[in-house]
Amino acid sequence: MIKIDDLHKKFDGKDVLRGVSLEVRKGEVIALIGGSGSGKSVFLKHVVGLMKPDRGRVIVDGMDMSDLRGRDLTKLRDRLGFLFQGGALFDSMTVFENVAFPLKEKTLMNNELIRERVFNELEHVGLEGSEYKYPSQISGGMVKRAALARALVMDPEIMLFDEPTTGLDPVIGAAILSLIDSCHKRLSFTGIIVTHEIPKVFDIVERVAMLHEGIIWADDTPEKLMSSSEPIVNAFVGESINGIIRHQTANTMVQG
Amino acid sequence: MNFIRTLGAATLVYVRRMGVMGVFLLKTFFYVFIPPLKLTRILKQIRFIGLQSSSVILLTGGFTGMVLGFQGFYSLNRFGSDAFLGPMVGLALIKELGPVLSALMVTGRAGSAITAEIGIMRISEQVDALELMGLNPYRYLIVPNLLAVVISMPLLTAIFDVVGILGGYLVGVKMLGVSGGIYFGEMTSYVDIKDIMEGLYKSLTFGVIIIWVCCYKGFYTGIFTGFGAEGVSKATTQAVVMSSVLILVWDYVMTSLLF
Repeated sequence: MIKIDDLHKKFDGKDVLRGVSLEVRKGEVIALIGGSGSGKSVFLKHVVGLMKPDRGRVIVDGMDMSDLRGRDLTKLRDRLGFLFQGGALFDSMTVFENVAFPLKEKTLMNNELIRERVFNELEHVGLEGSEYKYPSQISGGMVKRAALARALVMDPEIMLFDEPTTGLDPVIGAAILSLIDSCHKRLSFTGIIVTHEIPKVFDIVERVAMLHEGIIWADDTPEKLMSSSEPIVNAFVGESINGIIRHQTANTMVQG
Repeated sequence: MNFIRTLGAATLVYVRRMGVMGVFLLKTFFYVFIPPLKLTRILKQIRFIGLQSSSVILLTGGFTGMVLGFQGFYSLNRFGSDAFLGPMVGLALIKELGPVLSALMVTGRAGSAITAEIGIMRISEQVDALELMGLNPYRYLIVPNLLAVVISMPLLTAIFDVVGILGGYLVGVKMLGVSGGIYFGEMTSYVDIKDIMEGLYKSLTFGVIIIWVCCYKGFYTGIFTGFGAEGVSKATTQAVVMSSVLILVWDYVMTSLLF
């Protein structure tokens, strides 16, 4: 469904992606992990065609994103959903208007149907009662859920999540991941989740790819990655898990 | 050698940006003719650019006309030609001051706000979100502003001219004693339709300059003007300065072409 082949990208002479190759099969959801500034978000923007590669190809459902222009690109994007790191909700619109926006602009549904569909989607993400609030009036977790509802309202075949839990507390972060999992089970989309949420994200994905020094350093099942003896993977995944254990132990001691 | 290299690199950056700016304008004109037009958004922007600018236009127009009344009277009175106060105020307002000052007012009031709005949408990825929904940002963000300014600017300029002429009347006739009949009579003799059309063409093109520069600066916030709140602030300042300078330069070009 998504095939990235030898993707290169430079910014101001600095290599960010140095030959990334990755494949995501139809219906599969994978996690893309890596340190801050490793190029995960840049990678994701190439997948949706917001950035053009210096070299290499991004093939989505058999079509090369670099070759797509105008209506062909629009047609493909109609099948994509993207959850931005900050939500990217239109701040002059209410939550309801945000979720209804793609339906109003891209479909011939009447207002009654749109209303029903939006309320349904907001119920799925647990935002009943916040329909007429503006993005600035709701919490970070609610913004992410509203953005998820907007991304899912058109039933996308491919969903891309750019750090869906960044900036949220662990409980809300876990709730967002579980919401993504339930949405995947309901809609069976193909997905890539860019995240730092280790090991929680391992419960909802089939594969984990690690981006390091501009290439895919590791690509395996969550179980194999957690038991990997490869020093870089071990340092990143192991440290993340140990960090959480240390944090939980400290919390228990404080509470005790 | 390094100096030449730096100079060359800087020149290339400027040439490239000018090219991007030119393409931005061409794309905007292109999407004006591609339906569907966003009627609700156009009406909203007419309200914002046109209706909500009318109070500042009334004020500046009135006071500009009053100042012209004073200055014109004292200059003309020296030569015993105060009967020509009406044509002087009328021609100055209709041909030059009306279009130029209205455009500068709209730049400061609406243009800066448009840059800030689009700039914030750009840095908070709302523009990217539009694109990823398969919706064209030009059609949603730029074209409604262009059509709104094309409708609003000539009307605002006309209001500025009328209020300015009345301001000149108030000072020249009511305060300094020029005959009301002469003020308007001479004005109708010396101001003809060609002068009014010159003002109209100017106001239309100034409107296009405002939207072109202000939307362009907002649209490329974070790409050409730095990131975050500082990027938006820089983009807004640059938009107002560049629009104002371009309006004055274009005024000279138009005046020399239409002279």
